[in-house]
Amino acid sequence: MPGMIFHPGHQELHGITVVLETTGPVTYVGRFDTEDARGVHLLNVAEHHRASSPYPLEEFLVQTQKFGVKAERKHLVVASSLVGRIRKLGELDG
Amino acid sequence: MAYPEPMIRPMREEVTRHGVMELRTVAEVDGVLANPSGTQLVFVNSVCGCAAGGARPALALALQHKAKPEQLYTVFAGGDVEATARVRSYFSDYEPSSPSIGLLRDGEVVYFVHRHQIEGRPPQAIAADLVAAFDRYCEAGSREQ
Repeated sequence: MPGMIFHPGHQELHGITVVLETTGPVTYVGRFDTEDARGVHLLNVAEHHRASSPYPLEEFLVQTQKFGVKAERKHLVVASSLVGRIRKLGELDG
Repeated sequence: MAYPEPMIRPMREEVTRHGVMELRTVAEVDGVLANPSGTQLVFVNSVCGCAAGGARPALALALQHKAKPEQLYTVFAGGDVEATARVRSYFSDYEPSSPSIGLLRDGEVVYFVHRHQIEGRPPQAIAADLVAAFDRYCEAGSREQ
């Protein structure tokens, strides 16, 4: 539903599991909580690092969609200047 | 730590009124999942908005379909902590999330709905996914209750 606010009173992505690609080699998957002056707050976060993760990002996301988010951190703040793209995990192709 | 029972009781009843059996202890979970046969659905209920606005109404819609799992069970994450953990051990390949829905056939997980497939989606869309899984893995008119 376009424009539907999942949790009224919160930002549109609040409570939604997202894929946050940074401007660098790291991609995070976690639940979007809020964005403030510090940056984007994610909860229950899994991380993919282009150089060190055992799978390419695309495979990592396929596995995450199928088997769920393997959270490594409870809370992470990503500075807004480092955010490249945010997509909903549930809306990725494949 | 569990949520207060008076708070979650209506949320439990919203599921159990559709003939879904609650599993509240480890023994109850093992009693139905340890020696499985046929198709079993396990609904992990929770207090969150996506359970209230998405998963629970979706389940109610899907259970109107002619093809359904033979056995229907639910646990309450944040209500029956040990039972929920035990259920998750039967879905050990899948990361825990709530709400979530698992479908087993003869003990094998054949379909799983994670929270991220529920959040922000209308119940009709979630129910459509469940019904498609029921059509694929279950038989029409085979449910025992």
